[in-house]
Amino acid sequence: MNTAKQYRSGLVENFDLYAPKLVDKEEYFAAGHRACQGCGEALAIRLMCKALGRDTVIVNATGCMEVISTMYPTTAWKLPWMHVAFPNAAAVASGVEAGLKVLRRKGKIKDRYVKTVGIGGDGGTVDIGLQALSGAMERGHDMLYVCFDNEAYMNTGIQRSGATPFGASTTTAPPGKASRGNRTWKKNMPEMMVAHNIPYVATACHSYPIDFMNKVKKARSIKGPSYIHCLSVCPTGWRCDSKSCIKMGRLAVETGAFPLYEVENGKYRLSADMPETLRPLEDYIKLQGRFRHLTPDEIGYFQERVKLEYKKLMTKVKSSR
Amino acid sequence: MSKRIGMEIALAAAEAAALCRPDVIAAYPITPNTHVPEHLSEIVAEGRLDAEFITVESEHSAMSACAGASGAGARAFTATSSQGLLYMAEILAIISSMRLPVVMIIGNRALSGPLSIWNDHSDIMSQRDIGWISLFAANGQETVDMTIQAFKIAEHPDVMLPTNVNLDGFQLTHVVEPMLMPDQEEVDRFLPPFKPFAALNPDDPVTLGALGLPDIYTEACKSREEVLLNSKKVILEVWKEWEEQFGRKYEPIEPYEAEDAEVLMLTMGSMGETAEMAIDELRKEGMKAGLLKLKLWRPFPFEELKEAVKGAKVLVVTDRCLSYGGAGGPVALEVRSALYEEKKRPVILNYIIGLGGRDVMVDHFMEMIRTAAKADAERPEKAYEIYGVRE
Repeated sequence: MNTAKQYRSGLVENFDLYAPKLVDKEEYFAAGHRACQGCGEALAIRLMCKALGRDTVIVNATGCMEVISTMYPTTAWKLPWMHVAFPNAAAVASGVEAGLKVLRRKGKIKDRYVKTVGIGGDGGTVDIGLQALSGAMERGHDMLYVCFDNEAYMNTGIQRSGATPFGASTTTAPPGKASRGNRTWKKNMPEMMVAHNIPYVATACHSYPIDFMNKVKKARSIKGPSYIHCLSVCPTGWRCDSKSCIKMGRLAVETGAFPLYEVENGKYRLSADMPETLRPLEDYIKLQGRFRHLTPDEIGYFQERVKLEYKKLMTKVKSSR
Repeated sequence: MSKRIGMEIALAAAEAAALCRPDVIAAYPITPNTHVPEHLSEIVAEGRLDAEFITVESEHSAMSACAGASGAGARAFTATSSQGLLYMAEILAIISSMRLPVVMIIGNRALSGPLSIWNDHSDIMSQRDIGWISLFAANGQETVDMTIQAFKIAEHPDVMLPTNVNLDGFQLTHVVEPMLMPDQEEVDRFLPPFKPFAALNPDDPVTLGALGLPDIYTEACKSREEVLLNSKKVILEVWKEWEEQFGRKYEPIEPYEAEDAEVLMLTMGSMGETAEMAIDELRKEGMKAGLLKLKLWRPFPFEELKEAVKGAKVLVVTDRCLSYGGAGGPVALEVRSALYEEKKRPVILNYIIGLGGRDVMVDHFMEMIRTAAKADAERPEKAYEIYGVRE
């Protein structure tokens, strides 16, 4: 399949924008699961499911969300749901999508459109699941993949991943006399997805629920591959108050540490929730224990790099106008 | 009506798989199985088969996509060899636990290293305890027949287990043989459409692949074991139906000149046909030699084996894989365990042969059997021997 030829502009069909009152009352991700108090990821999944609606199949990578939601014989899922392993959610979703397509074509199942959605954490997406995801996106399957990025391997006890931000303390990147926590910059996964020439890539955060749901809804309407990278606050791993989940997501966006944007057919657009001017990064990181050890110099470097990355993004946004 | 054809066996396997109307095929290239998926993609491209062919980026994803397709209620097929099988390993055990009846052809090949593309059985033997049904073909006709049988066995409501059909890389995959190829109508009559007992359907949402805590994990293992053991009954039934419809007989252990044999040899895969020639020669010399060809590796046919070796004084087990640091080859380990409790059992010798494509000729088999024949009086010192190895 040649994705470059397949997706022309205008493929994103007209879709209804959400307003708070129009949000589906139906719960597809039921309460009573075993996520930690103040879990941003569980909230994000609940919102995603509302935006996706009933005609959806979820394929889940191994991780927090799979573990907390399907402890046999219980399940939190009211949507058809499948989990196979850690690195392969996108590959399993490829098979589900192909299976549903061919069965529908052959008249073996009802003739209606069912969206296949792969989900995984940052480890299952940007590290161990990257190859499977790249393959699925490149082949052009009609699927949405959502990465719920809580910036470390939280399910196994807060180890660093390719999506862990600069300076963060994790159980495999601890600060000490000879180290200052995670030394690398967060892997730019949305940009890697843009490089796959897929029709729709977006970043989102559960702290902006309407924006997130609109993006999910838009992605759902695309007949082809789409990707959403959703920052999901993990109070347990970030060492912050569980009540601060929503606030922390907002600060990540307002400081530019995690900007919200969409890339539609290669065109960048900043999301409406982005502020005119960015807040100082310190407002965000000083509330989290994982950054507690950083010196003013290190915070200074962190701040400058955030500004630089934001500038690079804005250049793309401006050139897309 | 079946048609007599001369064809490369890998291509014939693909033709046989296509006759089973798989809905989704996901495969990744690896020698020597590659001609199977290649030819299937050709069949799909020609419009002879309506299927989704997913050109995955790895074997891990091939098996994962098959899992997804099967979960969606589609008939899924793949093929691989060697490193590819090991790359799938993580998913293989999950698939059998989830009772997804995926069918896979394995063009058996040695494991690296050193890198070898040639044939032995070390790939499948490393994956023998993962809950799949494993069949071994000795020639082209068996490959065609077993491929079709595999779908019926795997998808039987009392089974619902993934099934692999093993054929020796190059020695079978790349060899042109005459075969009888069933036609579409015959296969349709033999193989009913796939009816999954649970599928990913928004009208009736199911959770597939839940987390099992210690209070349920053991029971999950027990149920897997039970269904795999019980599958033998279905396998025998399917083989009976096959014989009735196509006239070719299949049994877990196929005997050759075994009835009055004092020395029996046991083989798996294509070497059985060479060993047959050795038996013929030895019979001419007046030796009471016979052969057992093991076709069903998992579930292991314990009862049939006990019955088959009853009259023999010596049993020579050949293995095309070495269990490093263990007590011989995996087939011999299984056979020894199976016969240990028997009051009267033959002396068991184990030869590790044909590793990484090393040729084993008729003369070699004759020598092995002749040496083994003496073992009745003089027990061998070693539990196994790597035949023909240069030291």
